[in-house]
Order: sequence, then structure tokens, then C-alpha cells
Amino acid sequence: MRIHEYQARGLLAEVGVPVPASQVVTTVQEAIEAFHLIDTTVVIKAQVFAGGRGKAGFVKLCSTEAEVKAAAQFMLTNRMISPQTGPEGIPVGKLLIAASVDIESEYYLGMVVDRSRHVPVMMVSREGGVEIEEVAARNPQAIVKEWLHPHLGLMPYQVGKLVDVLGFTQKQQISDARKAISGLATVFLKEDATLAEINPLVRTKDGRILALDAKMTFDDNALFRHKRLQDMHDPTEENPAELRAKQHELSYIALDGNIGCLVNGAGLAMATMDIIKLHGGQPANFLDVGGGVTTERAIEAFKIILSDPQVRGILVNIFGGIAKCDVIAGALIAAAQEIGFRVPVVVRLEGTNVDKARQMLKEANIQQLVSAGDLTDAAKKVCAAV
Amino acid sequence: MSILVNKNTRVICQGITGSAGAFHTAQCLEYGTQMVGGVTPSKGGQKSEHGLPIFNTCHEAVAATHADATMIFVPAPFAADAAMEAADAGIKLIVLITEGIPTLDMVKARKFLDDRGVRLIGPNCPGIITPGECKIGIMPGYIHKARTPGAPAVGIISRSGTLTYEAVWQCTSRGIAQTTCVGIGGDPVKGLNFIELLELFEHDPATDAMIMIGEIGGTDEENAARYIKEKVRKPVVAFIAGQTAPPGKRMGHAGAIISGGTGDAKSKIAALREAGLAVADSPATIGDTLVTRLKR
Repeated sequence: MRIHEYQARGLLAEVGVPVPASQVVTTVQEAIEAFHLIDTTVVIKAQVFAGGRGKAGFVKLCSTEAEVKAAAQFMLTNRMISPQTGPEGIPVGKLLIAASVDIESEYYLGMVVDRSRHVPVMMVSREGGVEIEEVAARNPQAIVKEWLHPHLGLMPYQVGKLVDVLGFTQKQQISDARKAISGLATVFLKEDATLAEINPLVRTKDGRILALDAKMTFDDNALFRHKRLQDMHDPTEENPAELRAKQHELSYIALDGNIGCLVNGAGLAMATMDIIKLHGGQPANFLDVGGGVTTERAIEAFKIILSDPQVRGILVNIFGGIAKCDVIAGALIAAAQEIGFRVPVVVRLEGTNVDKARQMLKEANIQQLVSAGDLTDAAKKVCAAV
Repeated sequence: MSILVNKNTRVICQGITGSAGAFHTAQCLEYGTQMVGGVTPSKGGQKSEHGLPIFNTCHEAVAATHADATMIFVPAPFAADAAMEAADAGIKLIVLITEGIPTLDMVKARKFLDDRGVRLIGPNCPGIITPGECKIGIMPGYIHKARTPGAPAVGIISRSGTLTYEAVWQCTSRGIAQTTCVGIGGDPVKGLNFIELLELFEHDPATDAMIMIGEIGGTDEENAARYIKEKVRKPVVAFIAGQTAPPGKRMGHAGAIISGGTGDAKSKIAALREAGLAVADSPATIGDTLVTRLKR
């Protein structure tokens, strides 16, 4: 789960990371009030997940009330369109009004779990303010890493090493940089983050160290123990069909194609998308119905797939392990009766109770339902049907 | 021969009284696995529906049954703790089926297990099976084929569940047996990985070739490619799922995400091909790719 910049700043400020004074507003009037409270010059930033805010005009520096008014008015009434949002753009509901600072130099701090070493890793770089992937590709030596002990976390000596890398020598700056690094680690570990970044951390012209922007995502599997993070969730940032799928414990991701997929198991679901592409089709979605699939959940899965107007055909690919083929067959029949299939549905079943399932489907005699022998046959049939 | 598990492996089930634990214990028993007991706190002293003794703790279970492996179905919030309990009780092979365990729980558990020399399979995996001898997990047993002397046999390593069944089924239908099949799971932090298992299969005299099934996310396949190039002499066939997956989206498995410019299928396939592997283009041709490779 991702959170907004203002929420990430809040979590960092709580553990002592220095951040510029700021306020979150939802109206033009509030923006003006915040401006008068905070500083003579403020930066106004739209609070959306999508990148490309600056180029789209949704990050603005303002030093008069008129400028604040105009900027806030623009951002709250126009949809933001950037390469990451698609041509229809996204609405903006919240603005961050923050004290503007004069930047002397920019740094990067970031944390993820290193999958090869199975421990969290803290990464710092003197090349801040740009995407860290760019730095990694261009100049990997510019990123310095410290791996955390799985039980002890980031130790003070490691914080010291990283502060040295950033090159601070002045006492207050060292102290504030330490707070930023250890604070980031604290939030990461305490809140079960999967990614936590301060980018950039800056040294201002007047010598202060500040976290200017922050980005965080959290482990969905750990949300059960973080009530506060659950409350931070912003459903408006999610695809409605994906949100609906999640509520039914289905793993669904919308794609651009016209062949819907209903599969059990994430790996097989990806492989099913791949084989559709291989035979000249375009998958409309990723959908894993999971192991403990029920009739109700399978019906919901069909409904979600069919809610995409682009879908011209569906490939059902089930290899029964936990999920039994006869349950899927029952769900197929129930779904056909309840909603009716407006498109051809090619079914390929294998595994637990497959004979029973095939028999059930045969007896149900559903129109639009095409039986396939193996996976290649299924892919060819569905690609031919759309 | 096989790796990690065989007919002598003594298995307990943690979470034996839950619906999944009970169902799959029955399935494992039916397959012929030596299931010797189960653990459910507060139900110690009772018998499971299968007639197996239930214990309150792993320590009691190990003392009474001399189990050397465990199959864990404990719910996600408590699953990492269950694995550490098993390790502390002296279990040497932990098969962690549970899906949805917090990554940082696994970071801690992994270190705890490593310090005790315990092998972990999973989490979020179908388990491990040595056909005809021992099944610890949720895979359908009947799709597998036990080795017969003189006939070719393959070892399978996979990050996916159902996609593994797909590969197994393709092998079985082409007359190729499996020595052992291991589902290593779809999480970012897990136990045994491609390299450790390739090493075990390379040294298993009964295994003629290996199939590895990877997917997007992380760099495990790239690491395996380097290892294979240096150390593996047996033929290895691969398939990588997620060639059509968009970047930045988690494709079901917690670990299946292309992020920060790494983890896409294309670079994995390129690394594996560069290391001399035969990589199947389609999930439907894994078996045929292996047959062709074995003939060479």
C-alpha cells in the first residue's frame, strides 16, 4: 500500500526527521490561510501518487496571496495529466503547502528489503533529487549501502558511516543527518515498509538539513497490525475494479487487451497472459482466483472481468491443487446462469477432480462455453474467438 | 534417489486441526507420506481426525514422534513464529505453505533458522514432493511420476504453484519421471532458492536434468544463471512467467514485481540463455523443451 507525500512526511517528523513546516489543505481558502501561517514563499504540491507533477504544473512556487490562490484554484479544479496518469488524467483533492527552501545540495536516502541477502538495506547517495534508478544505471558507485542486522536493525556505527558518505562535517548537520537516516530506518521497521525514500534530503543555503520529499509503500501482508496505516489508505488512487477484486480476496490487475483471464495461481496467471500474447492475442487482465476458491468468489471474478467493456473473450485456465476443478465448473455454471456470458469462454481444466468437472460442464450444456484440451489449444481457441 | 525428502522422512503438521491443515494431512497420508503427528496449541493429548497424535508444542511433538520435517498451515500472523518454534525443537526441514506472511517477519525468521542450520522451503509455496515416496504440501499427488530404473528423471524447482503442476504434468505425460519437485514460493524473502537446489540436484545421481520455473521480480534467476554457467553440468530447462506483466504492479505473488529497473522477464530470459539454458517460450512447451534438450 502506498501513502501520500504529506503522510510520509508526517511519519518521518514523528520520529525526529527534520522536515520543512507544512500543512495539508483541501480548499483555496485553506491554502491562503496556510500560506500566511507558514512563510513568505511556499511551494504548493498536489498530493497524488502519479509522478510528473512538476511538468504538469501541479507543483508551484508562490510568494503572494494571489499566486497561492491561482495555483490552488488551478490544481483543485483541473485534472492532472502526466505520462503516468494516462490521457484522461486524475483529479486532485489535497494540496501540500510547505515552506520553500533555498537548496545548496541534494542527497538521496532510501530503504528496501534486499531479496538476495534477505535483510533490509539502507542506501544513500550524494546524487539526490533524481530517480535512484538513473543513478544506479549511470554511476552505481555513487550509491553506498549498509545492510541491517535482521534482529538488531541499523546500528549507530552504520549511521555514522553513512553520514560520512554524505560528507557532512558541521556538528548540527551531522546530528540532523543522523536523525534523518535513523528515523527512516525506524519508520521502515516499525511500520513494515517495503520502500521508504527521502529524496531529496537537502542542505539549504543557510546550512539546515531537511527532508524535502518522501515516498513510502507498505507491506500489504502486514497491514493487519497497523491500524493507522489502514486509515491512511486512499481508495481514490486505486483502479475501481482492482479495489472491488481485493474486497473479494481476488488478485486482479487491469491491462489493455481484450481477452479476459481467470486463472488459479499467480505464476500460472502470468503464464496464461504470456501464452495469449504468444498466440497473437492481448490479455485484458491478470486474475488469480486463489487456492481456496468458492463459487461466490468465482462468480465475482467473472463479473469483474466482464465489467471491462473491452473484453471480447475469456480464457479460464485452472490447474487444480487446492482449488478443485469441480468447484470451478460449478462456479462457471452458476455464473453462466446468473449473469450469462456475453462473450465466448474457453475453458481448460486439469488437476484435482477434473473428470467430474468435465462431466458437469458437458451436462450443463452452456452456450458460449468452449472446452479446450491443453493450454496451447485453449490459447489458440480464445485468440481465434475474439 | 531424491533430494531433501524420501520414504523415511517423518513429518508433522503445524495447524493440523485447521481446515487446510486437516485436508492436506489426509492427502499426504493417502499419498504415503509418513505423517507422524500434528501441533495445535491447547489441543495437545487429543487425536486428529486422521488418528494422529496432537501436541501443544513442536518440542513435545519432536520428542514423542522423532519427526524431522514439518508442514506449516498456521495463519500468516503467527506463521513465522511457528517456523522458529519448529527450528528450536530440532526440526531440520520446514515446509511453510502459508501465504501472506509479513516480509519483515520472514527476515527475522530466516536468520533464526539459518543460525540453527535448518532448511526452509517457502513461504507461500506448494511444498515438496519426491514422487512415490513423500509429499509434503498441497500439490495434487497423482500428476507426478515416480522414477523407474533406466528411465529419465528430472528435478523441478519453481517459484509458482500451479505453474509447477503444469510443468510436472507435461513431463509425466511425456514419460519423464521426477526425482523431487520443490516449490520455493512467491515471496521476496524465502528459504531455499534456485542455487541451493540446483546444487543438490546436480549431486543427486538419480536426477538427469533440471527444470527451473521463475517469474518476474528480484534477481534470483540471474544469480542462478551465473551459478549454472560455472557449476552445473546437467542440462537445465527454464521458463519465466510474466513476459507481459507491466512494471510497478505486484502480480499476485508478493515477490512478483518489476521495480527499480530490475526483475523483468526479458533480462532473466537473456541471462539464462546466455548461461546455455534452453528457455521455453510458452508455458505449454516446457515438457517438449526438456525432451529436446535430453536428446541432445
